[in-house]
Amino acid sequence: MNTPLRRVGLAMLCMIVLLLANATYIQIIKADDYRKDSRNQRVLLEEYSRERGKILARSSNNQIQVIAKVQPTNNRLRYLRVYENGPLYAPVTGFYSTRYGAGGLERAEDEILNGSDDRLFVRRLSDLITGRDPRGGNIELTINPATQLAAYQAMEKQGFAGSVVALNPKTGEILAMVSTPSYDPNPLSAHNGAAQEKAWREYNADKRKPMLNRAIAETYAPGSTFKLVVAAAALEDGKTKDDQVTATDRIGVGGSELRNYNRGFCNGSQTTVTMETALSLSCNTAFAQLAHDLDDKLSEQAAKFGIGENDLRVPMKVTQSCIGPGTEQCMTISDSNALYQSGIGQRDVRLTPLQNAQIVAAIANGGERMKPQLVKSVLAPDLSEIAKLDEDSLGRAMSRSSADQLRDMMVASEAKTGGDGKTNGLTIASKTGTAETGNDPKNTPPFAWYVAFAPADDPKIAVAVLVESRDVAATGGKLSAAVGRATINAFLAGGS
Amino acid sequence: MGSPVQGAVGPAAGLSTVGPDGAAPTRRGTELLLLGFAAFVVSAALMLVEANQEEQLTLRIVWYGLAFLALFGAAHWAVRKYAPYADPLILPCVALLNGLGLVMIYRIDLALAERALRTGGEINNDVPKQILWTALALVLFLAVLIVIKDHRTLTKYNYTFGLAGLFLLALPAFLPNVIAPTINGAKIWLRFGPFSIQPGEFAKILLLIFFAAFLVSKRDLFMVAGRRFLGVDLPRARDLGPILFAWGVSLAVLVFQKDLGTSLLFFGTILVMLYVATERGIWVVVGLTLFVGGCFVAYQLFTHVQQRVANWFDPLSTYADAGGGYQIAQALFGLGTGGVGGTGLGAGRPELVPLANTDFIAAAIGEELGFIGLAALLMVYTLLAMRGMRSALAVRDTFGKLLGGGLSFLLVMQVFVVVGGVTKLIPMTGITAPFLSYGGSSLLANYVLVALLLRISDAARRPQTGVRPRPVAQVPIAEDRTVMVQRPPTEQAT
Repeated sequence: MNTPLRRVGLAMLCMIVLLLANATYIQIIKADDYRKDSRNQRVLLEEYSRERGKILARSSNNQIQVIAKVQPTNNRLRYLRVYENGPLYAPVTGFYSTRYGAGGLERAEDEILNGSDDRLFVRRLSDLITGRDPRGGNIELTINPATQLAAYQAMEKQGFAGSVVALNPKTGEILAMVSTPSYDPNPLSAHNGAAQEKAWREYNADKRKPMLNRAIAETYAPGSTFKLVVAAAALEDGKTKDDQVTATDRIGVGGSELRNYNRGFCNGSQTTVTMETALSLSCNTAFAQLAHDLDDKLSEQAAKFGIGENDLRVPMKVTQSCIGPGTEQCMTISDSNALYQSGIGQRDVRLTPLQNAQIVAAIANGGERMKPQLVKSVLAPDLSEIAKLDEDSLGRAMSRSSADQLRDMMVASEAKTGGDGKTNGLTIASKTGTAETGNDPKNTPPFAWYVAFAPADDPKIAVAVLVESRDVAATGGKLSAAVGRATINAFLAGGS
Repeated sequence: MGSPVQGAVGPAAGLSTVGPDGAAPTRRGTELLLLGFAAFVVSAALMLVEANQEEQLTLRIVWYGLAFLALFGAAHWAVRKYAPYADPLILPCVALLNGLGLVMIYRIDLALAERALRTGGEINNDVPKQILWTALALVLFLAVLIVIKDHRTLTKYNYTFGLAGLFLLALPAFLPNVIAPTINGAKIWLRFGPFSIQPGEFAKILLLIFFAAFLVSKRDLFMVAGRRFLGVDLPRARDLGPILFAWGVSLAVLVFQKDLGTSLLFFGTILVMLYVATERGIWVVVGLTLFVGGCFVAYQLFTHVQQRVANWFDPLSTYADAGGGYQIAQALFGLGTGGVGGTGLGAGRPELVPLANTDFIAAAIGEELGFIGLAALLMVYTLLAMRGMRSALAVRDTFGKLLGGGLSFLLVMQVFVVVGGVTKLIPMTGITAPFLSYGGSSLLANYVLVALLLRISDAARRPQTGVRPRPVAQVPIAEDRTVMVQRPPTEQAT
């Protein structure tokens, strides 16, 4: 009986050898394929325990301000993500959660921040040799902290829901990106799951939508601020600011009538006014008629300003702004009635605050539109520079002479606009807007807009302010202008 | 010299490594030393887990190590007393496997608790239950050693064992779902409150004893050759009974309980025992033919079998399917991430693999200890099974040989089926890794298996005591009488 027993013993050894051979194949030969499979969460989870890079901003007097950093902890994840002034910068930084993923810049620049970006490779290699844990790269923002703070405080002080976007018109740098009400991203990166969940639920249940980044992720009817686009198209079409346009008190649109804000003629009892006067008084009939006459040239001009672009990243994805219904017909104005209404920024026209800021920035920059960007430079863990912002022109939206005329029209408009924050010696070029919303516009609070740039003769900052107004009687001038001017003043006071 | 003394009761039994007749060492000291080594390895493993998980080390670990040593010290004492000549490597191997299993289950508990904390789920610690099962298993181990003084007595109850085995095997299939729920697609559990047991685990051993006894008693019949065909002696048709019976039981387990693993184990082990008993390779041919036929039928009939095969073929392509390759793929990701050296105990993510602490514990070990750790683990299993096989070779009675061989093969077969399944060598069939996986029934049954192997190895290494003299109180050598011994006549070489 021993012979077959020995053979069985041999068979047992063969089975073990087979297992070992197979384990060699899986764990040594095929190991890399399995390790790098996109469905293997282990690599991702490892990143959570890496020292994530900082998010920084540089103030006007060249001081570096830390917006997001990590704190060492004693638990497994080793580093806790901490945001200084969380709610102020939340629309920029986003959040970083082990449970809910990441948002905002934390997601858009994750590869840099977690250290897996190829540009950090040489440094990672040296980390490997020196035995140090690999660290993530840092991001320096284009945000100007004083401007961001002023804009945020101006909104918060009044309890406004809305957004402020400020751009450097010459470079496209985003100087401020505010969305209110905001949220604190700190609890979302807590290492305590219950705290994360509590905060997440609370933010998402809030009807005021604190986690919505109104600056880039939501579109609003631009109202009268869209008259700038109509005026630009008219100027490009050969008109001048002194050309006469209609001043009629009403235009029939389908079954109803389109009327001026004061429900009378544009300016007293004149039947025509100059385009400049029409813009400064924000006459609806004049721009409705202009839009109607321009027809396709209006949507062409809108496209030159960037409306309809669906691939803009700052580096967060920016929601598409449209003048037509839906994404399929984003740039299509269906009929003449729609043209009239689009001329005053109603009907299907919907812009993000960033898009509206881009329009004024292009006007400020003599007609050339710069790509808005949020990242000034990418820094290695030791703060040496790896990459820096590349100014990127997105093309000419209008000629310099048209831009200059439009600027003059906006300066005239600013003179007619009330609200706080006007300072002597500073010329602002602006346009206000009050967009009707909802199915019952007369009883629904409007969107109050203020778009501006300053100083008018040498623009350094362009802003777009949007307030989701609670007051039915409110107009853009009263509400948003003060916020916009506070933002402009804060930036120019910095001496930049 | 004085007369030989029985090891267990002799005055020097506690420390002697040399048997009473001076020829066969009991090697109990070696066993104790190796148990101490196993306790050290397990404590070190626990320390690594703590260091990597909580980053705070306390003296607690030393206490755990000592408690572990005490538990197996008790087992060692039982072996010393009831099976003094047993193989000294078997118990330390078991202790090491069981200890590492506990560390791994504890480690996965920590990970699952952390996940529960994050997702707000329920924290369910398995390691206290497994420690309880280990203690119970050692009690059962002790009971088997005490009750079964001689393995040959088992042959007297062979039909009882056989019927009990069949009864236990079939039990879950016939009980209502309240007591016998279907878990993970298989209906093999009996649930009592928080505890569930798999009667099939015990049935395997009972049926194995039955078959060993049955084959020994009818051995001569199977040796008779039937018709000769193409130069091969075919078995007689009526002798096909046992193998057809085993085949039928295996298929029934597959059909009614959807338990591929047990089915495979049972049939494989019976086949090997039949071969050993008859010493005729034709049985292997017959068995494998039946096996292939059974596989073919099962594949045609059952979608879950087809699914398992598809998952085996390419788990990454069935990754997202319901009942697809997700689990195997996760295990492979873990094994791949572990690579040669592993991520380190407590530093990996073994909890990402579903059932990480039962069927897929080999993947957890492969991930955190790497290929090196997995290979070392397989070597421990090999050592354990080979010591069992050695005892089977050395024991004098045919029943002992057959039982020892069968039990040793059963052990390796379990390892092959589960580790092979996890590492995609064969389709996953869902059984536990002996001594390592979480699960009371498997642990209890495998401790019975080891107790029987120790009993057989004790019989194999015990000096022949056909005319063993009664023990006589030993007289200190200085006072002992000096006796003239006549020199035996030497054989003359021619």
